Amino acid sequence: MTDYLPEPDSNLPPREVADVMPPHAHSWIGKYVFSQDAKYIAIQYSGTAIAIGMVALVLSWLMRLQLGFPGTFDFITPEAYYQFVTMHGMIMVVYLLTAIFLGGFGNYLIPLMVGARDMVFPFVNMLSFWIYLLAVLVLVASFFVPGGPTGAGWTLYPPQAILSGTPGGAQGGIILMLLSLILFIIGFTMGGLNYAVTVLQARTRGMTMMRLPLTVWGIFTATVMALLAFPALFVACVMMLFDRLLGTSFFMPTLVELGEKLSYGGGSPIAFQHLFWFFGHPEVYIVALPAFGIVSDLIAVHARKTVFGYRMMVWAIVIIGALSFIVWAHHMYVSGMHPWFGFFFATTTLIIAIPTAIKVYNWVLTLWKGDIHLTIPMLFALGFIVTFVNGGLTGLFLGNVVVDVPLSDTMFVVAHFHMVMGVAPIMVIFGAIYHWYPLMTGRLLNQAMGQIHFWVTFIGAYAIFFPMHYVGLVGVPRRYFEIGEPEFLTAPVDGLNAFISSAALIVGAVQVLFLFNIFWSLRHGRASGGNPWRATSLEWQTPEIPPRHGNWDELPNVYRWAYDYSVPGAAEDYVAQTDPWVPDGEGRRL
Amino acid sequence: MTVILAFLALVALAAGLWLSQQHLASKPWLETGIAPLAGHGPGRAPGIIFIAVFVTVIGGLFAMLGSAFVMQIEETPWELVPLPGRVWMNTALLLLASFFLQFVVISARAGTTRWLRASLIAASIATLAFLAGQVQVWIALTGDGYQLDGTPAASFFYLITGLHGLHVLGGIIALAVICVRHTGTGERAGDVKALLPGVRLCALYWHALLAFWLMLFALLQGWGNAFLALCRAAVS
Repeated sequence: MTDYLPEPDSNLPPREVADVMPPHAHSWIGKYVFSQDAKYIAIQYSGTAIAIGMVALVLSWLMRLQLGFPGTFDFITPEAYYQFVTMHGMIMVVYLLTAIFLGGFGNYLIPLMVGARDMVFPFVNMLSFWIYLLAVLVLVASFFVPGGPTGAGWTLYPPQAILSGTPGGAQGGIILMLLSLILFIIGFTMGGLNYAVTVLQARTRGMTMMRLPLTVWGIFTATVMALLAFPALFVACVMMLFDRLLGTSFFMPTLVELGEKLSYGGGSPIAFQHLFWFFGHPEVYIVALPAFGIVSDLIAVHARKTVFGYRMMVWAIVIIGALSFIVWAHHMYVSGMHPWFGFFFATTTLIIAIPTAIKVYNWVLTLWKGDIHLTIPMLFALGFIVTFVNGGLTGLFLGNVVVDVPLSDTMFVVAHFHMVMGVAPIMVIFGAIYHWYPLMTGRLLNQAMGQIHFWVTFIGAYAIFFPMHYVGLVGVPRRYFEIGEPEFLTAPVDGLNAFISSAALIVGAVQVLFLFNIFWSLRHGRASGGNPWRATSLEWQTPEIPPRHGNWDELPNVYRWAYDYSVPGAAEDYVAQTDPWVPDGEGRRL
Repeated sequence: MTVILAFLALVALAAGLWLSQQHLASKPWLETGIAPLAGHGPGRAPGIIFIAVFVTVIGGLFAMLGSAFVMQIEETPWELVPLPGRVWMNTALLLLASFFLQFVVISARAGTTRWLRASLIAASIATLAFLAGQVQVWIALTGDGYQLDGTPAASFFYLITGLHGLHVLGGIIALAVICVRHTGTGERAGDVKALLPGVRLCALYWHALLAFWLMLFALLQGWGNAFLALCRAAVS
């Protein structure tokens, strides 16, 4: 190790990035409605995502009521059930998870964590939110058109998605869904360009890429992935919209419907599957990578410990991002493919387990001998690790062709992806909200409500999805309105289904308590002070909490990485990134 | 999906080169002090990075369309749409537009106004002529019985050229906004150097759209499939 001393301030090198104060609106509408401040845009994104997420939650309740207590609720028709399934899936994956991780946490944290005053293109950033809101409104409008929303399943596979036998297929439902997705992608692209360019070009003096908190690495890599993956969905949606509205046959083979030959012909439904999953699989990691990054930071802060293997964590994020583009066809094993392709995609899928496992080991090793504070964010972070490992292990089952084929389209698959990309990332979202709520409001969320929220959510999620694996293993197919008691089931599942549904209702209900906590704590939460978690990263070093417009009086200088916790010889158990302190006889001054 | 994978390989190469400059093997836990940021400099203004990322996204979009086209044509062999000779002329017009816009950049950088205005007008006219030419091709093909809802080959032709045309149209609107601002009454009006950042971004965008068009043109002519067949034959 080489001993270096901090530069005296008068001798600092010139800034690589000009310090420009972003436009500041003074009117109420300019500040809170058409805001160009990334922090307000983040709250707008998150609020909208949570609101539409609550709709998806209610839809999941309705689904579970039907599955748990079939025949009890007359208003849940087979058509309505398919619509609930479709809208629940699409809202959760795209309009909640993607939007809140990138639009919500990305907007709030990127400028603060890299030491910028705002995103580099604030006006485009504002447009991004309003187009996202429009996309959500178009999606919601589909509930009110004749025929209702589409019931094609969240994968929207043609040809059934645009045929009259599918709810919303021959009416407006599928059109609005496709339009909404196109709008979402346009809005996201505007935001995504901002997130990527801000990380690339607006980092403050001293903030090298290898000093970025892993949260920023996760969001940045996920953004780049989304910018490359969403065009696939965009193209698929535009082509299907043409098929539905203009009579083209991109995805439509020659078809007979109700005894009548349709005008379609020559198209390939499999091409849609390729396009969809070329987006769909990276989408899993678009959600997971920000979660990986955030959870790394939560663990380091709340275990007062340096992240174990920071470099490996960065490399793993980048490698996972790259690999996720060459695994898409593992979602299509049963669509028919050359065995060599199956072998190739099974191999690439299993290879992703290596960098992912590195991350899991590093989280555990970060916790090892740490000063673990079982705060609510830490509880959710621990919940995430356990859940992600569980969901990841069943992913290894499904990544193998020979195991996937019999399990395909069973409830086992539903249980797997809910664990790995439903429950696990949502745990991180909750943990992150408990962690950064004081930064946004200056108050802590109520701890008692937080404890109830965590334990009911954690235990409840397992009560739902552990038995669901078993339900799938005994042969219950997914997407069935009512299964009855067919002979191919190796065990009865009625009791389990009722149990799962009851647990789902309870877990859903406790989310209402969480929302109440958010609003209640705005006024009644304990004042947090400036840096309640004693964190090192830049977002907690702003002169005011919550940070004001422009974030800092003068842009900060970064002297170190973001994980100096429990450093021997330091005055406190953390050294902020803005602190020029150098340990005696250690460290390398640059 | 060969086209998109080839495109992503190029993106991965660029990303790899960039990452190689970011000291990924450094040990940040051992370092304190102000470290210089890699990859920053006068040529790396946020606008340039923005356009580079944006063009990559658009490239992904067209590569996806190309992939879908190649995939479908392999699965269900169609008769390709016979492209009229006018498409060649349109290609030349886009090439000219790109050339003139680059000349505007060179003039603005040198601070000379001699050919700047003429080049700017020539670039705009060539671009508009390209768009008008594409519409003319549409009309001609429709008249020959190649309807949008005819064969998937015809549908692809209209979709690909339409989306490309929309991006060109967006570019020309951006260029018009930049020029109007420049010729306005603001304090920087008439300052040639002030024009530079904007037209530089436009020129990069034009070059990219030209490159994408050349690729798409080759695919629509069926050369892409012939090339892929050749590659497969070589591999097997």
